[in-house]
Amino acid sequence: MRREGSAFSGLGVVMLKELSDHLTSVRMRVLEWLVVLVALAALYGAIQQIKDTTAEDPFLFLRLFTTSREPLPSFVSFISFLVPLMAIGLGFDAVNGEYSRRTLSRILAQPIYRDALLFGKFLAGLVTLAVSLITLWLLVVGLGLLLIGIPPGAEEIGRSFLFLLVTIIYAGVWLALALLFSVLFRSAATAALVTLGLWLFITFIWPVLAGAVAQVIAPPDPRYMALGLQTPATAETEQILARLSPSTLFAEVVVALLDPTTRSLGPIYLSQLQGAVLGAPLPIGESMLIAWPQTVGMIAGAILLFVIGYVIFQRQEVRA
Amino acid sequence: MNEDTVIEAKSLTKTYGSAVAVDEISFNVGRGEIFGLLGPNGAGKTTTILMLLGLTDISAGEVNVLGFNPAREPLSVKRRVGYMPDTVGFYDNLTAADNLRYTARLIGFKPMDREKRIAGALDRTGLVEFADKRVGTFSRGMRQRLGLAEIVMKGAQIAILDEPTSGLDPHATAELLAIIRGFKGDGISVLLASHLLERVQSVCDRVALFSGGRIALMGTVAELGREVLGGGYVVDIEADGAGLAERLALIPGVSGVETIGIGKLRLHADRDVRPEAATEVVAMHGRLKYLGVQEPSLDAIYTRYFEARPDEGMTIKEGARHAA
Ligand SMILES: Nc1ncnc2c1ncn2[C@@H]1O[C@H](COP(=O)(O)OP(=O)(O)O)[C@@H](O)[C@H]1O
Ligand SMILES: [Mg+2]
Repeated sequence: MRREGSAFSGLGVVMLKELSDHLTSVRMRVLEWLVVLVALAALYGAIQQIKDTTAEDPFLFLRLFTTSREPLPSFVSFISFLVPLMAIGLGFDAVNGEYSRRTLSRILAQPIYRDALLFGKFLAGLVTLAVSLITLWLLVVGLGLLLIGIPPGAEEIGRSFLFLLVTIIYAGVWLALALLFSVLFRSAATAALVTLGLWLFITFIWPVLAGAVAQVIAPPDPRYMALGLQTPATAETEQILARLSPSTLFAEVVVALLDPTTRSLGPIYLSQLQGAVLGAPLPIGESMLIAWPQTVGMIAGAILLFVIGYVIFQRQEVRA
Repeated sequence: MNEDTVIEAKSLTKTYGSAVAVDEISFNVGRGEIFGLLGPNGAGKTTTILMLLGLTDISAGEVNVLGFNPAREPLSVKRRVGYMPDTVGFYDNLTAADNLRYTARLIGFKPMDREKRIAGALDRTGLVEFADKRVGTFSRGMRQRLGLAEIVMKGAQIAILDEPTSGLDPHATAELLAIIRGFKGDGISVLLASHLLERVQSVCDRVALFSGGRIALMGTVAELGREVLGGGYVVDIEADGAGLAERLALIPGVSGVETIGIGKLRLHADRDVRPEAATEVVAMHGRLKYLGVQEPSLDAIYTRYFEARPDEGMTIKEGARHAA
């Protein structure tokens, strides 16, 4: 059955309102300051470390993102923790907040479809996250330039820009998850708690659990064990399981993009190494190819989560 | 559907699993009419409204709003119908005008048109001086009025109001009912759902008394009064003129005349004899100070009706329990 009118009428209106809500909200202000402070701390650590290292590095600028100095983690590790937090902070009360303010049925009694409301909220969240991340990226590039004193090469800028794009996609996955829970739970507090719990699980517990589960699904072969090697089947299973987590996918993409010597993600087999000079950097195009499946995986994940939320939202009775 | 019918429901039914919330109800709302959907909490009023607006699926039956099917043509219905939900909510961080502006943008009004409509609507509902105040500072009554303002701004042909007066003090209730009465003058038809029978009966042209998902009684309050409470019309007159009582007693249909005070008479009749009574007073060169027909109380009608039908009465109690 065809629906009358456009599913997207009102989309822009919803998006602009949500965007202005986000950009003026105290919540966003706090999250932004948190991210900026943490990023500065990580950068400072990285720069100290780089200055101490005398070895010449053709990708010095990229090291800004990946180098860490005890006890601080690197910029990318910080980002991979904080971006989900920001996305969840923006999305956890998107739909249930409209229920609790008792505005939802009034808004849905206007000539728009629910599609416009949900998608408008998603886009507004994504644009807000993108604006914050772009600002942060400019900050890093600027500070890097000032403090290291060596201008980054075109390829380095390109790679870090791709890193920025992928980070926005990564944020989109978490935003879609938060939005889904905001549809699923009527209480914003419950939605926030469950989403944060899932984030903790996916990010910290799942990588450990994936190994254990893989041992059960594909038990290690004693012959490999005798040689002190990991059984390929077990390793592969573990990797497939780990890749269910967007954090794993993001980490892999980041390694491929920010470390040009990365030739492969996951277990490396001798056949892949033939003809390759270890340590020789790959051109940016090849690094992109290596990171491509993971990137697509994240995009697909975000779409899947959004669609699930959308379908549930469509079927909900709107009583408030 | 008839030209003069704006809402038509036929055997409209809503079930939640095995529970029946709305049970094969049929009713029409006429153009320019204020129709009251009245009954205790849990009777199925809100569910009926949600089906009219396409906000919940219809389990069985048919509904037609201004010639459109809400399930198939929701946008056409929503463009023409204004809805104020039970305890309507607005964005507290936005001003009254900005809240209306957001709705106006969603509807797709052009900027010039938008501002004119918003100004007009705030004026109609007495909110002009609060236009730039945040809704967070508004009282319940002001929020409800803003809900009505939204409907005016929209230029809706039908206003669907769910429990518009609940939680309001008598003064705020009177103000709100006056605005709703004013809708009639603009040719807006009104469907008003409420569990406060006594409070809204004065504005309703016709009512449907709801209980346990069914419409038990439907008609004007006077009609229901005669049907359920028996008897006829009670017309009160305050006028001077000697021998007036005797003259009034001769009006066809009048069965008795009582003196209830100095210059105050009460007529019992089997129809509305106000026109004839007025003519008599004038014919005797008397001065007419008051002439009114007593409406029976809806609460009395409701109670009496279900006292006589204990089995249906149980469904009311059940409904009331749900709500509590
Ligand atoms: N989502 C639901 N699931 C099951 N029953 C429901 C649901 N929503 C409402 N009901 C039931 O439907 C009946 C009618 O509710 P409602 O239309 O809200 O009544 P009213 O508006 O007249 O107070 C009530 O008995 C209520 O418990
Ligand atoms: Mg109700």
